[in-house]
Amino acid sequence: MMNLLKNLIGWIDERFPLVSTWKAHLSEYYAPKNFNFWYFFGGLALLVLVIQILSGIFLTMNYKPDALFAFASVEYIMRDVQWGWLLRYIHSTGASMFFVVVYLHMFRGLMYGSYRKPRELLWIIGMIIYLALMGEAFMGYLLPWGQMSFWGAQVIVNLFSSVPFIGPDLAIMIRGDFVVSDITLNRFFALHVVAIPLVLVLIIVAHLVALHEVGSNNPDGVEIKKHKDANGVPLDGVPFFPYMVVKDGVAAVAFLMVFSAVVFFAPDMGGYFLEYNNFVPANPMKTPEHIAPVWYFTPYYAILRAVPPMFGSQFPGVVAMGVATVIFFALPWLDRGPVKSIRYRGPIYKTFLAAFVVSFVGLGYLGLMPATETYTLISRILAVVYFAFFFLMPWYTKIDACKPEPDRVTSK
Amino acid sequence: MKAIKKVIVGAMLACMPVLAAASEGGVHLDKAPLNLQDQASLQRGAKLFTSRCLACHSASAMRYNRLNDIGMSDDQIKAELELPEDVKVGSTMQSAMDSNSAKMAYGVAPPDLSVIARSRSADWLYSYMRTFYADQSKTSGWNNAVFPSVAMPFVLADMQGEQAMEDGHLVLKTPGSMSVAEYDAAIADLTNYLVFMSEPAILVRHQIGWIVLIFLSILLVLMYALKKEIWKDIH
Repeated sequence: MMNLLKNLIGWIDERFPLVSTWKAHLSEYYAPKNFNFWYFFGGLALLVLVIQILSGIFLTMNYKPDALFAFASVEYIMRDVQWGWLLRYIHSTGASMFFVVVYLHMFRGLMYGSYRKPRELLWIIGMIIYLALMGEAFMGYLLPWGQMSFWGAQVIVNLFSSVPFIGPDLAIMIRGDFVVSDITLNRFFALHVVAIPLVLVLIIVAHLVALHEVGSNNPDGVEIKKHKDANGVPLDGVPFFPYMVVKDGVAAVAFLMVFSAVVFFAPDMGGYFLEYNNFVPANPMKTPEHIAPVWYFTPYYAILRAVPPMFGSQFPGVVAMGVATVIFFALPWLDRGPVKSIRYRGPIYKTFLAAFVVSFVGLGYLGLMPATETYTLISRILAVVYFAFFFLMPWYTKIDACKPEPDRVTSK
Repeated sequence: MKAIKKVIVGAMLACMPVLAAASEGGVHLDKAPLNLQDQASLQRGAKLFTSRCLACHSASAMRYNRLNDIGMSDDQIKAELELPEDVKVGSTMQSAMDSNSAKMAYGVAPPDLSVIARSRSADWLYSYMRTFYADQSKTSGWNNAVFPSVAMPFVLADMQGEQAMEDGHLVLKTPGSMSVAEYDAAIADLTNYLVFMSEPAILVRHQIGWIVLIFLSILLVLMYALKKEIWKDIH
């Protein structure tokens, strides 16, 4: 029996790099042994991707991308399709949980300087994934064809029409119509189920290839490749298989428990994962009093609203929102600190990072609220804090009083 | 590191009461006494819904035989809900009135109520159906404290009686066929039913959820033991 298996693997190996790939990426790929809680979220993001693709395939079998039938077909899934309600809740919860894990994954990068040399490209590819994910979520949100789907899309696409000169034509090109309509629904469906998922899978593979080229950072921010034994194995590394696989496995089960708790006990999460107004069918003739995007977009939405119109144009706000999202790309070059990890950074960086977190969460909250005068004022202050974190970074990371990095990773 | 953790957790916790308060809305709503385990209440609500609401409102996502889930057999559905000959138990709930004539009569088409408890809320519905009052300035002769200037006339007036708004308070002027307690109980049944109708799976998902969580807890213990075993040589 064993002999047969050996022969089979040998046969494959002469035609496909099976054993060498297994070794290079799993059994002889070394990850730092001092990974902590914050290092679970990359793997969890991959898990959510799989959950979304699988649940999405089954939803697609029952959903109708037609302005006349879309809303009803979602209710059909919720009622008449066997286990349809479960598929739908898994997919809607997955959308929000995707952003939860991705935001925590990115925050891990900020804390431990994971974007620093030699991981700049890894970070940039990750940022492209994040942007693609935002597009994926935005297009997917139109599909239930509720009031928030419709008016959310209307508001966001209208942002493009504020671009000078080409704006109005650009917005028509995106919608395929003069308003969000059946045509828009159809193209968003195509983009949501085919185009963007394909792109996402490709760049996620690129993200992993880049990761495996440079190796993981760790909570100490020191390179494990600096200290190797006689066989060239990093002294502070452990093989990904089986060590990291079982460690991430524990995290995956714990995560699935949280995920299931939402799916079965609070699928709308008090209106944050499924907005109440989205249970009203889209009505182009009736603008809702209060349009709020889903929670994962609200920090940027708050920044958009915080910038006052200039020269009678919303464009400056749109630019601010765009800069707020893409500024992350520049991080590897904005950070001039002598150390990577927050463990050895000085008090100034810690203060700025804490302020950034407060501004991000605060803006996220304000983006859900109606734009009252007080809220707008607070949004403006927090938006300044948000940008200060990035634009002042070259200065404060340089002058900060850092502690010396250890030579090797430390254990708790 | 610890300080950062504290800041994040603190910031998130600080947001929570504000979020809870913000979702309440402006008007005071009475808490709906929901009990989805109470099949008798759900069945009474279903009867009230089909006999009163369905005249103008559809529930086009709801099939009659979904009432099997609340303990009504197909024969009971046909008999107790007095389904017309041409309506099958597998049909969806369609209103007697077509939306065009409804629009002519009320100025607005009565909304489909399939998922009304999800777009409004149970508390809103429970309060709304108990706060109609006579108002001669309105074309229908009725107004509502929760939904000012609502186009819908008060079709349950024979049950509740006629209320009037005096100094911002609702006062029962002419009693209906029910006492206040009886009427509140009937509306509680109706609200209970509307919550079920908005999401029939609500009756099973908690139960399944517990099974899933118990399964995952056992898996978690096993995974953790496996991880400990494999990692025991790493220091």
